[in-house]
Amino acid sequence: MIRGKSSRVGRFAVIGVPYLWLIVFFLLPFLVILKISLSEMEGVAFGNLLTWKEGVMQLTLKFSNYLYIVQDDLYFKTYLSSLRYAAVTTVICLAIGYPFAYFMARAEKRFQPVLLMLVMLPFWTSFLLRVYAWKGLLSEHGWVYEIIVFLRLDHVLAAGGLIAAPGQLMNTSFSLSVGMVYTYLPFMILPLYANLSKMDLRLLEAAADLGANPWVAFWTVTVPLSKAGIIAGSMLVFIPCIGEYVIPELLGGPETLMIGRVMWDEFFSNNDWPVASTVAVVMVLLIIVPIAIFNKYEAEAQEGSR
Amino acid sequence: MGASSFLQIQNVVKDFDGYKAVNNVSIDIEKGEIFALLGPSGCGKSTLLRMLGGFETLTSGRILLNGKDMADMPPYDCPINMMFQSYALFPHLTVWDNIAFGLRREKMPKDKIAEQVEAMLKLTQLGKFAKRKPHQLSGGQQQRVALARSLAKKPQLLLLDEPLGALDKKLREETQIELVNIIENVGVTCVMVTHDQEEAMTMSTRIGVMNAGQILQIGTPSEMYETPANRFVAGFVGNVNLMDGVLSHDAPDHVIIDCADCKHYVGHGITGTEGMNVTVALRPEKIRISATKPEGEHNMASGKVKEKAYFGAWTVYRIELPSGMILKVNESNTERHAEDALTWGDTAWASWSPSAQVVLTS
Amino acid sequence: MMMTRLVSRSWLTAGFVFLYLPIVALVLYSFNDSPIPNVWRSVTFNWYVRLASDDDLLGALRLSLKIAFFSATAAVLLGTMAAFSLVKYKRFFGRTMFSGMVNAPLVMPDVIVGISLLLMLVAVERALGFPDRGAFTIWLAHALAGMAYATVVIQSRLLDLNPQLEEAAMDLGARPWEVFYLVTLPMISQSLLSAWLLTFTISLDDVVLSSFLNAPGSTTMPVVIFSRARLGLNPSVNAVATIIVLVVSIGVILASLMIVRNERKRARDMAEAARN
Repeated sequence: MIRGKSSRVGRFAVIGVPYLWLIVFFLLPFLVILKISLSEMEGVAFGNLLTWKEGVMQLTLKFSNYLYIVQDDLYFKTYLSSLRYAAVTTVICLAIGYPFAYFMARAEKRFQPVLLMLVMLPFWTSFLLRVYAWKGLLSEHGWVYEIIVFLRLDHVLAAGGLIAAPGQLMNTSFSLSVGMVYTYLPFMILPLYANLSKMDLRLLEAAADLGANPWVAFWTVTVPLSKAGIIAGSMLVFIPCIGEYVIPELLGGPETLMIGRVMWDEFFSNNDWPVASTVAVVMVLLIIVPIAIFNKYEAEAQEGSR
Repeated sequence: MGASSFLQIQNVVKDFDGYKAVNNVSIDIEKGEIFALLGPSGCGKSTLLRMLGGFETLTSGRILLNGKDMADMPPYDCPINMMFQSYALFPHLTVWDNIAFGLRREKMPKDKIAEQVEAMLKLTQLGKFAKRKPHQLSGGQQQRVALARSLAKKPQLLLLDEPLGALDKKLREETQIELVNIIENVGVTCVMVTHDQEEAMTMSTRIGVMNAGQILQIGTPSEMYETPANRFVAGFVGNVNLMDGVLSHDAPDHVIIDCADCKHYVGHGITGTEGMNVTVALRPEKIRISATKPEGEHNMASGKVKEKAYFGAWTVYRIELPSGMILKVNESNTERHAEDALTWGDTAWASWSPSAQVVLTS
Repeated sequence: MMMTRLVSRSWLTAGFVFLYLPIVALVLYSFNDSPIPNVWRSVTFNWYVRLASDDDLLGALRLSLKIAFFSATAAVLLGTMAAFSLVKYKRFFGRTMFSGMVNAPLVMPDVIVGISLLLMLVAVERALGFPDRGAFTIWLAHALAGMAYATVVIQSRLLDLNPQLEEAAMDLGARPWEVFYLVTLPMISQSLLSAWLLTFTISLDDVVLSSFLNAPGSTTMPVVIFSRARLGLNPSVNAVATIIVLVVSIGVILASLMIVRNERKRARDMAEAARN
């Protein structure tokens, strides 16, 4: 601790302001939706949890919303489906993104800034517009549509259950997956690239010197060292994917169940705020574990770099 | 030494959650001295330096500079300046602005600042680099900027943190001399921290050897080298042969110590009792080596030449004595191509004078 | 080795084609004069001309830019403070929770942030009479989300800083506040700018939060685009897209060129200094 008293007040302000902001606008809202999910919907207002009647304080927790969600097949299926789409997207992003980041990191030094810029550029361009573009590409007469139909790949997709019938590529599992992978790919590539480009190549030389061929060296040296990047990238893809709304809405269909959409519909179409809140609370509980993992790795990464 | 010393470090302790990095250190430093804190990594010397600079609080003890207690003063209020190991030059400022930084904090008038900066530039011969930024300078030039910046405010105490650590060997030798000249020129009292005993010995007026948070000995370079107070100091400052033995004869003007491979006749008395365990410290350069046995029965030992390393100006022999101990001997090559030079495997006799040893009791 | 080169080049090329295909399609079809948006017929600038009188879209654009500007500024301010807290102060009450809350919006799905913030603001409005939903509440949501990104960017820069620089400043007489704006701030200025641009873009692109927190009269541009896109293919959207792509591309390329040029100069300076 550096000596001196004047730092105390400054320290309090610097920590306090963002802390207060987060508590009011981040933590408090969670408590609010928790409360709402446990209360009655009376017309436009929601009932109070705590009531005072004739000297008796009553705590009424209405769990029926939760029961409703758990019992109704639709919600359960939707949660599962969301997790599945998120997992598939993460795996595909990793499969495409890891080699991509790897080749970028191993490219000639002078090309790397250019490559990085080329990856960043779509990232800075509105993602909404790019997802919308896929609508065009996968609709009839769209470029990708034409290629897929020409190669008769649509039959393969239909056989795999990814699309309902050959010739209809939009509003299917397939179109949704393409959109998700497309949107989240940079989120996988960038942390991986950051990690791989900082790797000391002399470690590979040492491995070769000790008798490992490039393939073995890759799996025993490079991959373990990039673990932090893999986890960071995966978390940055998996967790937001679960609650995605825009992509399923634009590219998905009635068959593609995503919990983000369900919640939106409960809120905006059905105006059922308690149920929407309940869906949200359950979603938070679902992702708390991955978020905790993510947070732990972030903290460790920072300690490591000090 | 004593109550009137310029810098008094009194019973200073720094406790990090139970780990005592600095354990009851007391040093008195006079005005104008260059005092070196010497010790291995982790001995607490850097922590002590940081406490002097105001960057660490004291768990207990006092630091008095010119009579004033510094213990609670933050670094920006202390009349003490530090030259950091990494130089810590502000990369977004020019050399001129770096040096002027401290003066501007004092709200000096502009012309006085310019005067002082120019004086500092002249002192460190950086005149033509004034407008450059740190990344446009070499390592040696950056170091001079760091020095100029830390002297600009005319501090009462200058702290140096491993000043030559970042330079390569050749540059280090030249810089050592330059640095000392500048500091003596300015006349500022200086405390430096280093793990390099050569650096400490060539640059400082007095050395304090530290280990495990404690001061083991304070003295001038020659005192540290020729009369170390204990085994650690003897081994840390320069090379030394340490021979354990028993004090077999105690007289006022000489003592005899029995060691495994030889009998020492030391030409002065020591405080001790007969039968006591002692260690004899013998510096390699004070041993003569020959193929033939010298006269007498004390102060000699024989063994096989196990290793021989040729350094040009001198040769280092490692002689294996009967007990298994390896004796290091430094012989100056005073003759070119000496014909009877010893080689590996030869039996050699090592001998020394009665005034060459130091007897250690701890 | 040659094999790896081939695989490397093909994979990278395929990846970039995948990334840029939609953008190219967007731009090309904005010039398409055809009743069926997807089928190419002939070149026209009609859609751009129509844009000029598209009041809905233009009004929404103005609002979006305003909100983006202020939320980016707020996000960077809050993010700097949060980053500072996390880097400088190793121990304080509830640090883990603080760190969790700062990082969470990075991964939390927008819908959750949106619904929870909205419901809380409704409750506040009921109790205190304000704030009305609209530009202000959207700004709040964007500042909240942006803060997470800003903190990450600024935090990583702060971690790279040599701590001895700030100690040296204090040693030379600078009080903590002076240390911040004389030494720390100039050194993190570049990351402050990139954090600002990042949060600006995120705000400009947001659909979900703006939908939850808006009110009639305060519709942002992405929301307008989204509602049009939901209904089907619409070339006016292509026209807006092309303009945005153009602006962003020029910006990114310019920024990259500047960064690369600065680094080359720096490397040259250092090499020259070493030679002297």
